[in-house]
Amino acid sequence: MDKVFKALADPSRRQLLDRLFEANGQTLGELCKDLEMSRQAVTQHLGVLETAGLVTIKWEGREKLHYLNPVPIHEIEERWIRKFERRRLDALRNLKRRIERKSDE
Amino acid sequence: MSDARFVYTIYIRGTPEQVWQGLLDARFTRQYWAHENVSDWQPGSHWEHRRTDDVRTLDLVGQVIESNPPHRLVLTWAEPANQANYNKHSRVTFELEAIEDMVRLTITHEGLEAGSDMFRKISAGWPRVLSSLKSQLETGKPLPTWAK
Repeated sequence: MDKVFKALADPSRRQLLDRLFEANGQTLGELCKDLEMSRQAVTQHLGVLETAGLVTIKWEGREKLHYLNPVPIHEIEERWIRKFERRRLDALRNLKRRIERKSDE
Repeated sequence: MSDARFVYTIYIRGTPEQVWQGLLDARFTRQYWAHENVSDWQPGSHWEHRRTDDVRTLDLVGQVIESNPPHRLVLTWAEPANQANYNKHSRVTFELEAIEDMVRLTITHEGLEAGSDMFRKISAGWPRVLSSLKSQLETGKPLPTWAK
């Protein structure tokens, strides 16, 4: 679990996970597109994410595809969120979203 | 059908045989998944995903494409209403790889229609199922939050 928190503690790595959340299964080249980071930095960050189990690699022929693996994040959630809290937390999140969306408009 | 794909990986302490049994044996799945996976697991056979309620509600159906215990299992996956409609079946591959005293279990779910009900259900479902399977096999108990 230490590795997961360490991996998530970096904004660039969270950004890479965000990009995989939007479009799962990207190559290194696709992930580097429009990023401020160098290709080398992205490779390093992906290595940390992979070691933490947050990114899974699949080879498709010669292409190395990166997939978001949310299983470790789910394990964190299971550790501290109780069954009966889940629905209330969902309600709170929805309320927050609704209010914040209104103030955006 | 678009080809949205998810890949999930989890490391579980144990042997591939134990994890294979954990995925298919109703004695385990009843506890951590609240379902039974019913089939003879021969290529070409049907399989069913039945809830452990009184009427054993049929929640999913599909076909066994490939079965190589305890390493690799490939299934199709569909709502019961689409049983005969094969182009509405998605595909799930289970890969089990022994790494020292652990098993790396990778589940690839592909052929999903992006944004569909099934897409949402499985992306919420697999992480829970896998964490619960791990807990079941390593501690003998499913996740406390599992039972609805």
